[in-house]
Amino acid sequence: MISFNILVAVCLAYVGFLFLIAFWAERRAEEGHGGWLRSPAVYTLSLSIYCTAWTFYGAVGYAARSGLEFVTIYLGPTLVFVGWWWVLRKLVRVGRRERVTSIADLISARYGKSNLLGVLVTLISVTAATPYIALQLQSVTLSFGVFATGAPHGWALPDQGATAFWVAAGLAFFTILFGTRNLDADERHHGIVTAIAFEAVVKLVALLSVGIFVVWGIAGGWTDVLARIQASPIADWPLQPGRWAGLIFVSGAAILTLPRMFQVLVVENVDEAHLATASWAFPLYLMAMSLFVVPIAVVGLQVLPTGSNPDLFVLTLPLAYDRDGLALLAFLGGFSSATSMVIVAAIALATMVSNHIVVPLWLALRRGHAHAAGDVRRLVLRARRLSIAAILALGYVYYRLSGGSSALAAIGLIAFVGVAQVLPAMIGGLFWRGASSVGAGLGLAAGFGVWLYSFFLPSFGAEGLMSAAFLADGPWGVGWLRPQALFGMAGMDPLLHAIFWSLSLNILAFVAGSLLSFPGPVERIQALAFVRVFDGDATARGWARGGVEVEELLALAQGFLGNDEALAFFRAEALRQGKTGFLPEVSTDFIERLERRLAGAVGAATAHAMIAQHAGGTVVSAEELLAVASDAQQIMESSTELRQKSEELSRTARALSEANEKLTALSVQKDAFLSQISHELRTPMTSIRAFSEILAEPDLAAEDRSRFTGVIQTEAVRLTRLLDDLLDLSVLENRKVQLTIRPANLHDLINRALTAASSTRADRNFVIDRDPGAEFLPVLTDADRLVQVFINLISNARKYCDGDRPVLRIVARRKAGRITVDFIDNGIGIPKASRALIFEKFTRMTDTARAGGAGLGLAICREIMANLGGSVAYLPGQGGAAFRVSLPARPLSEPPAEGS
Amino acid sequence: MAGPTGPLFVARDAYRRRRLADAARLWPLLGLFLFLLPMLWNGLDGRVLQTAYGGLYLFAVWSGLILGAFLLARRLGQGAQHSSAADPSRPEGSGE
Repeated sequence: MISFNILVAVCLAYVGFLFLIAFWAERRAEEGHGGWLRSPAVYTLSLSIYCTAWTFYGAVGYAARSGLEFVTIYLGPTLVFVGWWWVLRKLVRVGRRERVTSIADLISARYGKSNLLGVLVTLISVTAATPYIALQLQSVTLSFGVFATGAPHGWALPDQGATAFWVAAGLAFFTILFGTRNLDADERHHGIVTAIAFEAVVKLVALLSVGIFVVWGIAGGWTDVLARIQASPIADWPLQPGRWAGLIFVSGAAILTLPRMFQVLVVENVDEAHLATASWAFPLYLMAMSLFVVPIAVVGLQVLPTGSNPDLFVLTLPLAYDRDGLALLAFLGGFSSATSMVIVAAIALATMVSNHIVVPLWLALRRGHAHAAGDVRRLVLRARRLSIAAILALGYVYYRLSGGSSALAAIGLIAFVGVAQVLPAMIGGLFWRGASSVGAGLGLAAGFGVWLYSFFLPSFGAEGLMSAAFLADGPWGVGWLRPQALFGMAGMDPLLHAIFWSLSLNILAFVAGSLLSFPGPVERIQALAFVRVFDGDATARGWARGGVEVEELLALAQGFLGNDEALAFFRAEALRQGKTGFLPEVSTDFIERLERRLAGAVGAATAHAMIAQHAGGTVVSAEELLAVASDAQQIMESSTELRQKSEELSRTARALSEANEKLTALSVQKDAFLSQISHELRTPMTSIRAFSEILAEPDLAAEDRSRFTGVIQTEAVRLTRLLDDLLDLSVLENRKVQLTIRPANLHDLINRALTAASSTRADRNFVIDRDPGAEFLPVLTDADRLVQVFINLISNARKYCDGDRPVLRIVARRKAGRITVDFIDNGIGIPKASRALIFEKFTRMTDTARAGGAGLGLAICREIMANLGGSVAYLPGQGGAAFRVSLPARPLSEPPAEGS
Repeated sequence: MAGPTGPLFVARDAYRRRRLADAARLWPLLGLFLFLLPMLWNGLDGRVLQTAYGGLYLFAVWSGLILGAFLLARRLGQGAQHSSAADPSRPEGSGE
């Protein structure tokens, strides 16, 4: 017999293994080679969190009580997946395009980014999920109990409550660790998805093993099993048409609206093509999970003593035949089912709670503080962690309160009917342009209310929240308001009754509200974007060009996405517009995309509110509204090709005008340069000539002679250096430079540069802020040249940084095959107008005297980096002058060709 | 719907692909019909449904449905690849 300690050890080892898998997957995804981690197989397997402990243990119990009815729970999802072309395809496309973070976010985004709807859906989801999570805790506790009582001289289970508590705490820890590691722009969690795919395999193998053992180990094959079914108490199939159709419908609805299913189905989806595979593979998984349910139930009923809990046949059957190994496998299968469900549900719900309740509240409280975004990231992550803990705590409390007595199947169905209330708003939103937020709000509220009143609250039993008299006679004795016999529908099955009334009233309110209300502009734009999602990107834009500064938006994005992500996004956007550097032009298109990106982190409603604050609230102009309304616009939109051409043209035009600006500035510079260079050459030449003439005088004091010789020498050195620089530059520009590529340690190179540059304005006390640990990166490059660039940047900082307490921050890191080194000082930075020119030859920001050079430094840096296959660029929005040197971790296979 | 209508005639490939999409839409409806069929058998001339045979029926329909979905998804997936290669207006992916 398996002892309690072994059981706990196996659980811990299993969880430890999950940790490893999640950790490993996260690492691989970070390094950029996800490979098979993003395959359709993993996607399909991750969907299997639909099969919770309710399936693993409860399906057999369900079958033992009501025969084949259990299968409806899997037929509904099967039909939805086989019919992916109808709904799922559109749902996933919309979810990816709008960067939806949760089902609450979807509803909120569709109905004019209304946060109220988001809150409503969050409330429904949390309420419905609580008993469901309690159910998982209960099933794990029960399965522990089986091993305790099954032993003849076994161990007593310490305390059921304690078991449930530790399971809940452990799950909270795991979920927080891997579910809130980063506020990913797309809310994707590779580690967790991979761990869940693994758990999917464990539970399938476990249930199939038990099934095979039962069919061929205990019974004598399929024919014997059929005979046993005929002889069993569930030989007849008393099909109740209402329940049969109702359950297929509700389970089909639940697979779309359960927050955890939405999370894996839409949010974690990395490729729409995976849906095609899942359309048949997921039903196959469900069928495999259901295949042995009836045989296990029938054999369990026959073999095990009467009165054994049919919910636990999967465990008790192998134990009754002393198959400890098989029982352990089955136990792990059940454990897997419970844990994977709880983890994903907690993440999905926590995202909803933090995005729709905590962050909006926080923003509302800070309304007075201008519009400083601050570090919203940290706030969101903290809110998410707390929410995860709170949700698991709720589940635990529900478990303790309900006493964990009711059959597993009943609890699961309560949750299903609850989340199904979101279905009308969701489907209506995807297919009906006229669906409005008023309608959705009324429908959700009506459905939620009826579900609470007629199904959820009565589920606590006669001793629970509603007294027996209340249930029997209705409130104040009003018979037609009896919770389980609304409007006099007595004698109806409570489940069917709840489905019927909640969804009928929901749909009625939804349709009536939509028909009678007049939606606002944002909502109408969103409606079009959702309903016509397959018609390309041709929806009207929501943002009028406000007088917003792009750097203001960058600061906002940094608060939400973090510095790196924000810079990368801005750079990509700039490239898209045909501009170089990090700052794109503030076009409506750009603001739209930025909003979507932010929505990926904090949800549509919050992102919209933040952008609205910055863009000055000018949302939609009257013309744009007209454009949405008129169908002429849509005809225009159908000619996508034309639009793309014009986009390309405007991109080219922008690049051209940028080049032109630069050329004009350069030609002015060139004249300045010629006088500059002649001046630079003439000054030393003049003094050399003058002093050498003086030296020619015969009667000259010895000390004067030596002093003048010194002056001549210094001037000659200066001249040589200038000529050297010019020569160096011309060699670099022609790509004829000889590089000596060898491995070096970045840390050493930075040290060298710092030492060499310390002589520049040596009187200034400069604080160097660096992280030596991060600098230990091997680089394969021309070390001397790279050091030259570093020296130049550091000396520049020393020269120009005019803070009272100058600080130079050096940040080195390796990312996606490139090494970047940032040099950031705390001075006033470089004015926007000059940024385009600083890398050109002979440009100096300040007067010559202060610079003390010919203005070739950064030009040389740029050419060196180009020769090394990297780049150096000005980094905006860092609070001072900042330069980023970036080079490939491995050099190009061959030196760059001439003139390339 | 007042939406723009496409051209009246399309090439054979495009035509086939559209009918394939139609088939993908109709396939689950057939499944639903077959899954709901037992509701009509029940109580027909006093017979009571048997769990054993009912189960066999359901699993047979289920398997057929999955097989059909598999074939349709494979064909549609190929079609999607074709059209995506020719269609530059696909929304941005995760790559930059």
